[in-house]
This record gives sequence, C-alpha cells and structure tokens, in this order.
Amino acid sequence: MTEVQTYPTIDEAARAMARGAAYMGGGTIVMREVNAGTAAPVLVRTDDPTLRQLRAQGDTVSLGAGVTMAQILAEPQLDFLHPVARRVGGPQVRNMGTVGGNLFAAHPYGDFAVALLALGARVQLAGTSGARPVEDVLRDRARQVGLVAAIEVPRPRHGSFGFTKVSRVKPKGVSILSIAVLAPQTGGTLRGVRVALGGMGSGPLRSAAVERALDGQRLDRTTLEKAQSVASDGLQPPTDALASAWYRSEVVGVHLRRLLQSMESS
Amino acid sequence: MAKIPVTFTHNGTDRAAFADPGQNLLEFLRRGLGDLSPKYGCGQGACGACTVTIDGQTQLACLVLAETVQGRDVRTAAGLADGATLDPLQEAFMDHFAAQCGYCTPGMLVSARALLDTNPTPTREEVIEAISGNLCRCTGYEPIIEAILSVAGRRATA
Repeated sequence: MTEVQTYPTIDEAARAMARGAAYMGGGTIVMREVNAGTAAPVLVRTDDPTLRQLRAQGDTVSLGAGVTMAQILAEPQLDFLHPVARRVGGPQVRNMGTVGGNLFAAHPYGDFAVALLALGARVQLAGTSGARPVEDVLRDRARQVGLVAAIEVPRPRHGSFGFTKVSRVKPKGVSILSIAVLAPQTGGTLRGVRVALGGMGSGPLRSAAVERALDGQRLDRTTLEKAQSVASDGLQPPTDALASAWYRSEVVGVHLRRLLQSMESS
Repeated sequence: MAKIPVTFTHNGTDRAAFADPGQNLLEFLRRGLGDLSPKYGCGQGACGACTVTIDGQTQLACLVLAETVQGRDVRTAAGLADGATLDPLQEAFMDHFAAQCGYCTPGMLVSARALLDTNPTPTREEVIEAISGNLCRCTGYEPIIEAILSVAGRRATA
C-alpha cells in the first residue's frame, strides 16, 4: 500500500524526501504508477501555495513548479507559452499537469520541457539559493536532484520563439517529436539561437548542428536548407510504437524547416 | 495504515467518508460513495471515462488522490439530472444518438457541461477541443459534437 505524506511547505517536503520516496505534484505521472501498482512505497506532496504562484510581468517570468498548463493558458501575459501549453494533453490533463512535473515526464510526454530548454529557462530548487540551467535538471532527472520550487523563463523577443509538436492524433495526441526554436534576429541576422528537440533522444536535447547552421545567418532559403539537412545529425532517436528511428530522422528536418518558415512569415 | 477522513461536497451534498492511503478519487467515489457514474477505463489518464469536475475544473478522477478533495466541490455525471428531470445535455445526447455502448458518456457529459458553463455558445472547434480528452470508440464523435452544439444553439436562441 502507498503511504502519502503531505507537508505544509516545499522546504519541509524536500527534507522529507528520503531514499525511495517519490514526489507527487499534479498526479498525472505518479498516480499512473500508483494505479499500476508500481509506485514508490512513500509519496511526498505539499499544499504549499507558493508553488501555484505565477509572476508574468517583466523580462523574466517566474512559474511556481505547481503551476498548471491551464493556469498558463489563462494568463494573457504568457502568450508566448500558450502554443506549447495548449499542446499538452487534453483539457483534463492541462487542469492537472504542472510545469515542474513536465520536466520529469518521459517521452512521449514532456514537450513543455523542450520549450523551456530552448528558452533558456532556469530552475530554482527548494532549499537552495540561485537557479540552475534547465539543462542540468533534465540531464540529471533520473537521479534525485532535489525538488523543483520554481522555473524562471526569460521572455523571448516578439516573434523570436516558435514551437511545434508532431503527433498523429489531433487535437490531442502524444508526441512523435517536438521542436522548440529561439531565434532572435539583430538587423536580419540570427544571434543566440537555441534549438531544442523532444523525442529525438533519451530526453529533451539541444541540437548543436542546427544551432551552428542558423547562428550568424540570415533566415533565407540557403539557411533553411542547411538547417533541414543537419537536423538529425549526431542524434539517435528512439524506435517505439509511435514511429521508427528512421522515420523520426527523416521528418525532423522537414518539421524544423516548416517551423522556421512560419516564424519568418509571422 | 489508517484510513483518512475526507469531507467534501459531492454533487452539491456535503459528504464525509474515509479514503484509503493512496486511493484514487475514482475508486473513492465508486466504492466509497456508490456513485458509479464515473467509469474506470484506462487508469492512466488517457481515456477520460472518469472525468469529474473539482471546483469547476475537469479532472481525471483516476489520477486524483482521494484525500486531496478535502473541502472541495466534486461533481460527476450523476449530479447533472434533477430527479427525473434530465440536464438538457443528457436529452440532447439521447436525441442525437450520441451514446452507443455508453461507457464514455458520463465523462463526455461532464466535459461538455464544463464547457457550456464557461462558454455557453462554443464553436464547433471549441466543442472538439473540449472533448478531446474523452475517447469514444463507438460513435465516431459526430453525434456527440452535434448533441453538444444543439444545446449551445438552444441556449443561444432562448
């Protein structure tokens, strides 16, 4: 049987995280394990209201780890995240699933984390000062790194951020792959490009090849072709029930190109 | 392990019951309270058959820890009718043949009611989006969409 421990604050919950315990946020990941009988014997949770807080103004927005996809969609100031949040689950899952939990959602879920990776988000862990790059948390997510308290997201310049999720069932379907692009332009030249891919490896990852192909270039036909041609370079995408590794490698460049074109024309 | 007392509102009525540690809301409602309207489909949050509203928001009862509804307002398809008087949505589902095997129907009704409560005149696309978390393997969805739109239309012209 599962033991559930509920704490008033995230710091207390973090201290209670003993070996073998699992943290439960919105429930969309951990309750599946509970129902399947494969959950950790001890679940730790908290009703800490700070986790549901959302600061949407300014150059950096702050999302409490317990902020749901529905909360993001209800906040006009977070419009750059709306196309991402809208593609997570169905309405019920968006009312439950949290931004913190999405960092730990294994493929074919976890597409919000792909967007956070491209945006250069930083993660605030409970009981620590300062924030770590989201890359670190995604890389170490199999180990217990601590509890995520909040996520800081730099607001992208208007029109510089794009996201696409490829799925076979619409409007709600799991991800074959997803692509997030941060491509700020200075005088028509791309600078500081970050490209993140989901479903193209063991977790969300940045594509160094595509970033190199785009950075310092103009978003013209030659650049688009180059980006498309290198999109699967050095990657080992999985083969699963949704698509083969070969299929993913073939189509990722096509979807990347379409995304870049849509950003250029918007 | 000790059972957990939970007091909450179930379809407008104050209720108190004991939940088991780790018990999900779906089992709690069905076994503990005898409300058999939310259905067990996948237990994985994929099918929507267990959809209920908690404080007005649709959620999946199989993925909610029962003890977390303490003090909250839970509504299921069983609470839609007022005695023998059905909710207009239920009437519309019958008129449009929107149920075949019926297993998805309570979840569909809860999702549709939640949509109409916040958006009384949804577009077809908004209806599709609102029921996108509810799987139906019988109807092909068209009769369900038509049923929901018919209620929206009736309300809009009333």
